Amino acid sequence: MFILIVGAGRVGSSVARSALAAGHTVSVLDEDPLSHERLEVGMDRTWEEAGGRFTVGHGMEVDALTEAGIHEADVFIASTDGDNTNLTISQIAQKHYEVEKVIVRVMDPARAAWYQEQGLHTICPTQHAIEMFTSALGEIG
Amino acid sequence: MYVIIAGGGKVGWNLARELIDKGNEVTLIESRRTRYLTIEQELEHAVQYCDATELWVLERAGIQRADLCIAVTGDDEDNLLICQIAKEKYLCERIIARVNNPRNRSWFELLGIQPAVSATDLILRLIEHEVPSYGLVHLLDLRDEQLEIIEVEVTQHSPAAGKSVQEMDLPDGSLIISLLRDGKGFVPKADSLIEAGDEVLLVLDPGLEDAITARFAPADRDAA
Repeated sequence: MFILIVGAGRVGSSVARSALAAGHTVSVLDEDPLSHERLEVGMDRTWEEAGGRFTVGHGMEVDALTEAGIHEADVFIASTDGDNTNLTISQIAQKHYEVEKVIVRVMDPARAAWYQEQGLHTICPTQHAIEMFTSALGEIG
Repeated sequence: MYVIIAGGGKVGWNLARELIDKGNEVTLIESRRTRYLTIEQELEHAVQYCDATELWVLERAGIQRADLCIAVTGDDEDNLLICQIAKEKYLCERIIARVNNPRNRSWFELLGIQPAVSATDLILRLIEHEVPSYGLVHLLDLRDEQLEIIEVEVTQHSPAAGKSVQEMDLPDGSLIISLLRDGKGFVPKADSLIEAGDEVLLVLDPGLEDAITARFAPADRDAA
């Protein structure tokens, strides 16, 4: 599969490495050229040598999305550090570029739930944390 | 009318002030603390300190009873989402979004966020209007109705110069609604003659601009 990941922070870069190791074609788009270094953490060769692609640009720019290969993408992952950016670009990927599978990180549980109802595949780390804290408290008694 | 405005920059603050002066009820939402404190000295309870992209903030501001929601922050993604949530989740009847980067305009259209207003676009339009070398000027775009009104100046060597309106053989979906000559406008008849230097107002289906420019103001290769 061709996987396009926008936002190579801790989450995005780790997901990118795992996907590449699993044999997928992986293209990463990030505004910050330095995030390329984060991609290579723990690797014994460069991201490109390992077969990965990297583009500097913003997820709302048509040129950047095209260069990163959105037209070929089977999966689109929005994992920048901004909820609003993630929700916007994932809808663009879904409705304009018609990417088959779109997954979006949303920190705010309320909007994650509402956009999930609207047909986006949202992942809310905050909601997971809330559940784990609550469950940990429950175990203490 | 009850209006919620997201974003207390120059646009948002001035809009709030004007709308309040006209007798409307307004809530302005600003997420920067220092900016909020400045505005609060003037607008008092009409401004709230919060992030308007969060659902509970919009609910606390009373989005359910708002007649109009205006998103004018400096961030296009924020404006887009605030209006999308106001329209689709809270069924707010009217929304207005600000587009900061004109390249993002198509994304607002894609997601049904209309009208989307871009100051950059407006200024570009004004430049087009003031600089006649641009040829064709958009006066009004009725996006929902799929119609536009344009103005085009008849160039010196235009094939239109000296022809009557009925001889123009305009494409289907276009109609001359007025001629402006020597500062005066009139509604032409079929036999009215078009002269070089006239400004012609037409109503068009979108997409006919090139055909119209070719008839009235073709690129003048001989003169170059």
